[in-house]
Amino acid sequence: MKLAGRFTALWVYRGFVLGMVARDFRGRYLGSVLGASWAVLNPLAQILIYTLVFSRVMHARLPDIQDTLAYSLFLCAGLLTWSYFVEVLLRSQTVFLEQANMLKKVSFPRITLPSYVFLSASVNFAIVWGLFLGFLLVSGRWPGWVLVALVPLLILQQVLAAGLGLALGVANVFFRDVGQAVGVGLQFWFWLTPIVYPIGTVPEFARGLITWNPLYPLIASYQRIIVEHQWPVWSHLWPVCILATAAAVVSETMFRHLAGAMVDEL
Amino acid sequence: MSGGLAVSRLGKSYRRYEQRWHRLCEWLSAGRVAWHQDFWALREVTFSVASGESVGIIGLNGAGKTTLLKILTGTTQPTEGHVEIAGRVASLLELGIGFHPDFSGRQNAVMAGQLMGVPVQDLAALMPDIEGFAEIGQYIDQPVRTYSTGMAVRLAFSVATAARPEVLIIDETLSVGDAYFQHKCIRRIKDFQRAGTTILFVSHDPTAVKTLCGRALLLEGGRLIQDGPPDHVLDYYNAMIAKREANQEILQAEGAGRPKTTRSGSFEARIAEVDLLGADGRPARAFTVGERGRVRARIEFASPVLAPTIGILIRDRVGNDVFGTNSFYVAPIEDACEPGDDLTVEFDIDLNLGAGTYTLTIAVHSDATHLAGNYDWWDKVIGFQIVPGSESSFIGSAWLPVRLRVERQGRTITSARRGAGERA
Repeated sequence: MKLAGRFTALWVYRGFVLGMVARDFRGRYLGSVLGASWAVLNPLAQILIYTLVFSRVMHARLPDIQDTLAYSLFLCAGLLTWSYFVEVLLRSQTVFLEQANMLKKVSFPRITLPSYVFLSASVNFAIVWGLFLGFLLVSGRWPGWVLVALVPLLILQQVLAAGLGLALGVANVFFRDVGQAVGVGLQFWFWLTPIVYPIGTVPEFARGLITWNPLYPLIASYQRIIVEHQWPVWSHLWPVCILATAAAVVSETMFRHLAGAMVDEL
Repeated sequence: MSGGLAVSRLGKSYRRYEQRWHRLCEWLSAGRVAWHQDFWALREVTFSVASGESVGIIGLNGAGKTTLLKILTGTTQPTEGHVEIAGRVASLLELGIGFHPDFSGRQNAVMAGQLMGVPVQDLAALMPDIEGFAEIGQYIDQPVRTYSTGMAVRLAFSVATAARPEVLIIDETLSVGDAYFQHKCIRRIKDFQRAGTTILFVSHDPTAVKTLCGRALLLEGGRLIQDGPPDHVLDYYNAMIAKREANQEILQAEGAGRPKTTRSGSFEARIAEVDLLGADGRPARAFTVGERGRVRARIEFASPVLAPTIGILIRDRVGNDVFGTNSFYVAPIEDACEPGDDLTVEFDIDLNLGAGTYTLTIAVHSDATHLAGNYDWWDKVIGFQIVPGSESSFIGSAWLPVRLRVERQGRTITSARRGAGERA
């Protein structure tokens, strides 16, 4: 199916995609008394732990910055966006296997599956990030207009996540090793990205290595926006731009060629 | 024309790899090395179905029926050839796919409908009908996990058939609960049929195909080997394929060890070999009604025997004698046989028997009956099966010639000859 045809199919099946997102969301809290409030309580607890524990209990500080909350904000800026990236990547990677039964038995546009996963993760991120922004406002650390820069940054990040996720998801159907390898790879990737530690604390040789990490400029930009209230250095983002485009093209090609054969493997 | 479909030179091959890494090597070599073996589940299948036609698809397991249906419903892509379908296809192959046990019947119905590509607005309009047809009452707003199997299937069927599709694919194994609901489903399918829906019906059941379909396709080994009126195709299926299947089954079972047979006698003469052969001269264990079979036996002698008699007996499933004869009555052997002699005996019999399983017993004795001197009596040495062929229907274990004439006020209104010789 051509790319345009796929978008048309996606539009026709929008009800199904949205239904799956809703089911995904509701399914998680079904049978609980508090219901959807858990969707807020969970990330709220997460944010409070990072902010309170690190600022009040452990007195973690960022070098050169006086603010006691600086490290907590730094951590949240990197970790919450990283989680969004990972959720899309990991879930797109397994979605075809999870929905094997449906794929084998019913004819529907396959692209709806990664799409619903993407939207579902986005809903979760929107809740967490909304709470985090609320926290910034309440604690008097609202960054102001620089927040607008988040939009292109997040789009870039998620194009990369979706592209990688789709390519790996297709490959995972044929070689289940992919799923295992990605789990291991992501651990390395997490610790090779300055999310819990500032780049300044890393020895010189490792810093060179980290600059090759495509996620580094993105994560650094979030931290810059949230902690320093500064616009990102756009020129640093070229490599990740190219990578995201490449991932999108590769995944699109793989999907076009292998989507049909996928069902025979499930 | 909506509801018509055309399939041309359709083929589907599955790639088989001995090892998982063979595929990896193949991928990495970008197609320069072929590590796989192609397994063709379907090949060179061409047919077209007119709008509103009802077609039965028959074939043994593994003949390619499921693969064909999967391609028609669009879940799998053909390797070669193409399919053209005008209109929406609904399939009743798998009911309840996409049902989530924790959601209510209504929510699941909406979801399943969307999965079939029905827009939400349409579903809202169809909902009362879906609820009404499923007859699950208040349960519609309860989680599906609280449903009985029958209720879930009823709901699934209601959703799948809520809007009349242009093409409907039905699997015979479809079971939709109790007899009452089953009838309701069949009525709905027949309504669709009348309204012009094209129906593809997969089945092993000849009567079902005959009543529902005006045409039948027979698949074997991934190929379309018959396409025509159901009577004709089903006769062919029974005669050629069911027979072959039964034949193989029995021969395989024999290969794995013959059933326990009793053998008795003084063994002055001995049955060294016995077999049942088909028209092609090869061992056969399944025959169509009226087909000619040949019992061939070799007799060896341990002592001098004057004028031996060789007899055969066919018994039915429960052990009743159906037919028996011996050489004394047919063509007596008058020779004196010496030790080391070797007789080959062949009985050619037109098996004018009813469908069912039978056994063959063979014996060598000294007289017209085995009561005088019994040399070797081999009970139930071979089991065989009679399958229906293209003859007109009958019941019982004997296929007798029949002539029927009906007169109404002295004028013949119908007459025909049936039974053995009908095909001669």
